[in-house]
Amino acid sequence: MEPFTYSRASQTRDAIAAAANASTAQQGAEVRFVAGGTTLIDLMKLNVERPQQVVDINHLPLSEVETLADGRLKIGALVRNSDLAHHSVVQRDYAVLSEALLAGASTQLRNMASTGGNLLQRTRCNYFRDADMPCNKREPGSGCSAIKGANRNLAILGTSDHCIATNPSDMNVALAALEAVIVVQGTQGERQVPIDAFFLLPGTTPERETVLQPGDLITHVLLPAPVKGSRSHYLKLRDRASYEFALASAAVVFATEAGKISHVRIALGGVGTKPWRSPEAEKALQGHSPTPENFAAAAAVALRDAQPQNENAFKVDLAQRCLTHALTTVANV
Amino acid sequence: MSTDTPSSDKTVATSLPVIGRSATRIDGPLKVSGVARYSSDFHFPGMLYAVPVCARIASGTIQSIDTAAAAAMPGVQKIYTRENIGTFYRVPKSSKAQIDERRPPLEDDEVRYYGQYVAVVVADTFEQATAAADKVVATYAGTKAPDVRMKLSPDEKPETDTERGDPDKAFGKAAVTVDHVYTTPPETHNPIELHASVALWDGDRFTLYETSQAIMNHRAVMAKMLGVPQENLRVITEYLGSGFGGKLWPWPHALLAAAAARDLHRPIKLVVTRQMMFHNVGHRTNTQQRVRLGAGKDGKLVSLQQDFIQHSSRLDDTKEDCGEATGFLYSTPNLRVTSAFARRDIAPNTSMRGPGAVPGLYAVESAMDELAIALKMDPVELRLINEPEIDESKNIPFSSRHLKECLTTGAETFGWSKRNPAVGSMRDKGVILGWGMAACSWIASRADATASVMINADGSVRVASGTQDIGTGTYTMLAQMVSELIGVDMDKVKVVIGDSGLPAGPFSGGSMATASLIPAVAQASREAIEQLLKSASESDAAFAKVDADELAFTNGRVYRKNESPEQGRRFEDVLNAARLGHVEGSGKAKGTMGDKHPKYSSHSYGAHFVEVSWEPAIARLRIKRVVSVIDAGKIINPMTGRNQIEGAVTMGIGMALFEETRYDARNGMAINSNLADYVMVTHADAPDIDVVFLDYPDTKLNEVGARGIGEIGIAGLAAAVTAAVHHATGVRVRDLPVHVEDLLVSKVA
Ligand SMILES: Cc1cc2nc3c(=O)[nH]c(=O)nc-3n(C[C@H](O)[C@H](O)[C@H](O)COP(=O)(O)OP(=O)(O)OC[C@H]3O[C@@H](n4cnc5c(N)ncnc54)[C@H](O)[C@@H]3O)c2cc1C
Ligand code: SF4
Repeated sequence: MEPFTYSRASQTRDAIAAAANASTAQQGAEVRFVAGGTTLIDLMKLNVERPQQVVDINHLPLSEVETLADGRLKIGALVRNSDLAHHSVVQRDYAVLSEALLAGASTQLRNMASTGGNLLQRTRCNYFRDADMPCNKREPGSGCSAIKGANRNLAILGTSDHCIATNPSDMNVALAALEAVIVVQGTQGERQVPIDAFFLLPGTTPERETVLQPGDLITHVLLPAPVKGSRSHYLKLRDRASYEFALASAAVVFATEAGKISHVRIALGGVGTKPWRSPEAEKALQGHSPTPENFAAAAAVALRDAQPQNENAFKVDLAQRCLTHALTTVANV
Repeated sequence: MSTDTPSSDKTVATSLPVIGRSATRIDGPLKVSGVARYSSDFHFPGMLYAVPVCARIASGTIQSIDTAAAAAMPGVQKIYTRENIGTFYRVPKSSKAQIDERRPPLEDDEVRYYGQYVAVVVADTFEQATAAADKVVATYAGTKAPDVRMKLSPDEKPETDTERGDPDKAFGKAAVTVDHVYTTPPETHNPIELHASVALWDGDRFTLYETSQAIMNHRAVMAKMLGVPQENLRVITEYLGSGFGGKLWPWPHALLAAAAARDLHRPIKLVVTRQMMFHNVGHRTNTQQRVRLGAGKDGKLVSLQQDFIQHSSRLDDTKEDCGEATGFLYSTPNLRVTSAFARRDIAPNTSMRGPGAVPGLYAVESAMDELAIALKMDPVELRLINEPEIDESKNIPFSSRHLKECLTTGAETFGWSKRNPAVGSMRDKGVILGWGMAACSWIASRADATASVMINADGSVRVASGTQDIGTGTYTMLAQMVSELIGVDMDKVKVVIGDSGLPAGPFSGGSMATASLIPAVAQASREAIEQLLKSASESDAAFAKVDADELAFTNGRVYRKNESPEQGRRFEDVLNAARLGHVEGSGKAKGTMGDKHPKYSSHSYGAHFVEVSWEPAIARLRIKRVVSVIDAGKIINPMTGRNQIEGAVTMGIGMALFEETRYDARNGMAINSNLADYVMVTHADAPDIDVVFLDYPDTKLNEVGARGIGEIGIAGLAAAVTAAVHHATGVRVRDLPVHVEDLLVSKVA
């Protein structure tokens, strides 16, 4: 760990002003916000994150969950994962989010972890965390140790020759299926970024994971009003029964009208370099009958472009089973 | 065959009021309230913190170590390298003192495994030492890509460990055969307590607070390596946050802490990090085992062969004796076990819960399951018909063996008769069930032990021995023993262990501590009582002219045999009358371990029955329930005993399904060296575990008839799991752990 200064922000604009001094808000940022600290402190100990300045944002007034007049849900960036998972509106209207949060990490971690921090948690790629090994995400241009190394838990969708790291979050997968919008305050004021645009593919710049710029603070996450008659579900598959990142997961939001699928949103976890929304699979189902065969066909579409590595080819099959089962469960067929 | 009877027999129970009864741990309240101090909890004025610097290569030569930047950092007191650490000596191979990494730390410039210590930084705080350790720069020459291949071939011609008859010929002629290779991966001990040393030097003597499963051995090793007389070295382990074998023998960090304490004349604390736990304090080696079985159509084994290879480090050769139980488990006229090493650029391996027999039985018992299928015979039946009359590897009788009853009781408790052997045929609410079973065995032996028992003038009793409680219940077991033998309530007994200054006690390994302590403590108790009765007859007016042998004792009272205990005198009154502060007895018992010509073959036995559930739609495998029937002699404390078996079964599930250390082929590092990536069993994975103890005292081993129970529960478990997995999915996994990717090929729907 490198020495750093620590300060506590009592106002949003102070936090933003402090972070605006950094040259980047991505890998290598000299200024980092700390919320729950469960990602940041870990990575600082491993010398993967080396901020010179750590700004504690836990005292900012961003801990509310609020239903807006238009029916949207506004979630403060500092709402803890446990609180969000057990919030009555979330449980009632956005079950997929509650389930995803509860499938993640452990009770202790969820009590600390914040909504904003979870959005920005980093990959569990072993080589990203081992500061001695080449890693394009940590040290741009140094190479990717995972491509011929241990990659069982890494991505098969959205990968590039430069990086195959998975976005490991469960929450993000649910947020992708719910079409969440990320509210960001920066030096230029506020902007709202749809989650799908918020995360970037690794391409040739895996060190850049989001659209965040120096000074940008996530203040809220907005969820659209729940679709009438919709149900949702999160299914996570992993080796052991709890406290492990997903090998494959699926978040689905689903509604039918007159026996046909009228609304369906699909996102996959554990397989994508970002929370993996699959518009192709959605299209394959929209207006069709909710049958297991159609679900399996849609799952095949979702994984059509998968590019497995030497250790994770099984995820192509596993993710399809996962999605098919999640859809079957939510459709109750 | 032994003809002993179960001790649940009434007459035995009445004469044994405490032994055999469940008792909660006497150290439990101390642990949950934080009063119990673990080794790294000790703080002393002026204490400094040591943090080792680890090699980031696995094979090469240190060319230089630049400590200048680190030395200039705040709080840094001193940085040690090979240049200035001073001399460490080696432990002679001929000595009884045990160590699995013989090369002392910083002895030469060769790096032979990733993470090897190359320097150690001492600073005022842990944070300062950690920060400075990060800034020590080692440069290497001749760095090679390490050889960490898991596929093994023998470096030298394999050795024959045990042999009888002509196994090749018999195999060639056998009606039914199986011939498969089974592998187990390297596994890392992950007790929640990290290894730690707090070292004090007073100019003459060391006091070392260590995380040790064997304080007496620790003292012997450290004295030799530090070059001081044993009397000048005291090792203390009051409580251990578990060890699983990884804390049996000393590791290099303990020497670094002691050397720095001696040099700086300040107390030194060194706590190994979780990452270092994967390189610097041993692991279970990977094994590759070919098992060949031949049987007649009737299922009788005619040939059994096990050829195993394990990896070992460049300099050491700690054997993982996979054939430990093979020679006597079943009856067969023809048998051979061979062993071989394959050296790798991996740190030294060491014992892990059930070393040898655990990977060994995974292979042999898996092969038995495959043989049963080939024979179209029930796997329980196959074991029953191959039950030996005697230990055929040594041609001696068993001291007490009830494997058949383990099998039949287990089958009945589990409901085995309802098993349909067809793959994927059993279902419950839409999930497919798989049922599998395996037999197991583990060593029953005793180490040398001495103990002292004192009856004090305040009526309390003190039992002392230089042994340690590694979390298994040794404190409680000793209190029970002494309560029973001296006739006082358990809460009157003070147990003093964990200090090498006490009468030398046994190490806590090989499931031997309890069995070893029993005879020594029994003798010490009898001696103490003898003294007490003698002093009553000699000095207590109440017993004037009464011979000691006319006196008896119970419930903290001495009384005349022809009167009732209530008419007797309390122990404290007897001692006060004699103006004695205490009476003391000492006990000493020679071990049976390593006995070249044993009269009996002493082992524990057991049978595991496992139910798995398999949901093909989502490729989800879970363990639903386990029934384990254990023949481990007399169970002194069924509550802590059951706890040991449950823990071992749980660890066995981890071995079967999750645990695996992976070394990167480029730098030799264990890439999953943290508790998120090294997957172990969580509570959510732990099934219902039904533990049944047969409870036949093995009085050939000691007077109570208790054997050890720490390891038997993990032996064989993985084979029962993979048998169940096969029954559910039709997939036979011969390379542990079982991964979902192995099972995706299952045709069962
Ligand atoms: C052992 C372990 C197991 C885990 N298992 C899982 C799992 O199974 N599933 C899962 O989904 N997750 C898992 N996690 C990850 C966990 O969910 C995240 O660590 C957590 O959500 C991060 O939240 P935090 O508030 O602690 O983030 P922090 O560590 O405080 O911050 C993380 C990053 O976000 C930035 N940041 C935080 N808040 C803001 C903000 N408002 N605006 C801008 N930037 C911000 C910080 O600067 C930092 O870079 C696990 C973590 C651990 C340690
Ligand atoms: S996959 Fe990405 S994070 Fe992992 S080593 Fe390659 S570049 Fe680094």
